[in-house]
Amino acid sequence: MNSLSIKPSRGFITLFYKEVLRFWKVAAQTVAAPVLTALLYLLIFSHVLSSHVEVHGVPYTSFLVPGLVMMSVLQNAFANTSSSLIQSKVTGNLVFVLLPPISHSEFFSAYVLAAVARGLVVGAGVLVVTTWFGGLSYAAPLWILVFAMLGGALMGTLGLIAGIWAEKYDQLAAFQNFLILPLTFLSGVFYSIASLPPFWQHVSRWNPVFYMIDGFRYGFFGVSDISPWMSFLVGLGCLLILSSITLSALKRGYKLRA
Amino acid sequence: MTTAIRIEQVYKRFGSVHALNGVDLAIQQGEFFGLLGPNGAGKTTLISALAGLSRPDSGRLMIMGFDVEADYREARRQLGVVPQELVFDPFFSVRETLEIQAGYYGIGPSRQRRAWIDEILENLDLTSKADANMRTLSGGMKRRVLVAQALVHRPPVIVLDEPTAGVDVELRQTLWQFVRRLNEDGHTIVLTTHYLEEAESLCGRIAMLKAGQVVALDTTRNLLSRFSSHTLRLRTASDKPAQLGMTQERITQEGTSGWWTCAFAHFDEIEPMLARIRNAGCMIDELEIGKPDLEDVFIRVMQEQSHEQVRAA
Repeated sequence: MNSLSIKPSRGFITLFYKEVLRFWKVAAQTVAAPVLTALLYLLIFSHVLSSHVEVHGVPYTSFLVPGLVMMSVLQNAFANTSSSLIQSKVTGNLVFVLLPPISHSEFFSAYVLAAVARGLVVGAGVLVVTTWFGGLSYAAPLWILVFAMLGGALMGTLGLIAGIWAEKYDQLAAFQNFLILPLTFLSGVFYSIASLPPFWQHVSRWNPVFYMIDGFRYGFFGVSDISPWMSFLVGLGCLLILSSITLSALKRGYKLRA
Repeated sequence: MTTAIRIEQVYKRFGSVHALNGVDLAIQQGEFFGLLGPNGAGKTTLISALAGLSRPDSGRLMIMGFDVEADYREARRQLGVVPQELVFDPFFSVRETLEIQAGYYGIGPSRQRRAWIDEILENLDLTSKADANMRTLSGGMKRRVLVAQALVHRPPVIVLDEPTAGVDVELRQTLWQFVRRLNEDGHTIVLTTHYLEEAESLCGRIAMLKAGQVVALDTTRNLLSRFSSHTLRLRTASDKPAQLGMTQERITQEGTSGWWTCAFAHFDEIEPMLARIRNAGCMIDELEIGKPDLEDVFIRVMQEQSHEQVRAA
């Protein structure tokens, strides 16, 4: 009866493709809008501060661009997994993903990789539109790519946790407003932590997002508050911890399978 | 031959509610099986457990010999589920929805896949809507897409959870014709529905669930003959059953309308009945013969269960 050939890995590939297609179909909202937001930040902050501030010997506008790019990567990676999952849960169409023979690790990988993809697309968009502000160098391009992907995966995983946990949009909004936004805004996007009082410097070091932004910025200027290797290890450690939590929740079917 | 679905001692609780309370069932390949019960009886919970959407507290479920937990990949490939709720993904067209669903089951792009999707679309009268976004479809069309999604990986076992709820007559007819054909082609069909006449005409065997337990399980024919009977309805001016020459237990009066109902098991009982009425000098103004139906069976079974529960309490 069954003449259709079956490849087990196709389930994962299809889920990844579906998640990418989902955000691409509404690219005006998921890609263009965050690029415009980052551009507005840059216009306003650079207009006010550029002539007055230099960080690590770099003009403020140039210093700001990598921070904004990385912030866009992180926020959009989070938004992709969390919004996709909560929408599917609320509308009930998650059943189409839960019925097929897709393992919990395939589910996890497909969602997180799609989040990384969206983060990279938006980040690249921000980088392109801010290029004409000038002053950017590419001291260690590999670190740029590594931190963009690591940061995207970290926030994509956090988005997956939020999407699994939240049952309503307002719960997800609370997660976003009271956790993700403070973590990204207080991570050195707009400043170097060296300019903070010692207490806040100490607090910043407990924020994993700070390491992602600092490492990412190192890739451009070759200077950073923390060694990029240390930032990489912290990011990787956090990703492993969050991934373990998420995989365990998915395996148990926590809030997904009754 | 491997049993299509085997359910052994399945228990599932939600808080203090026993959604499934020791369910045992075996459904053979090629059966058209009905799963009936009032709201909250556990039908959808049982289907969810089969499909891996919920996990039973204990017990074992197998599809085509594959354990839904231990061999979940194989078990899920054997099963197509049409969910009760009218759910859809608003980002995609009908064809994209089906291609994505096929991909989830490991079926990549190929000429065979395209041909099979075209065939499903045609059979469900969806060809003209293939490139339409899911949001733009009517409720009936969305229901057809749900059926198409359940079939896209050619599963040998298909579960339809109230597929005709809120669906117009035309779609119901189209759907049943298609499902009947699938059954004739060898697919095992499990149907839950509140339309008992549908279950009666389609299902060869029926299980009735109440409070998470199977309270009746037999062929549709046996259930009808065990719990229901033919009835002779007649209207007469006579006002006492005795005058009709029948015993009081067998005949009941329907209000004050002059209608009487008498149950009988075999058609050869009719003539003696009518003879007794004629001999009693009664004039029959109108006469009807009623067939046994599943609704009577359902009501009888559910009432018996309620009485047993009261007695047990």
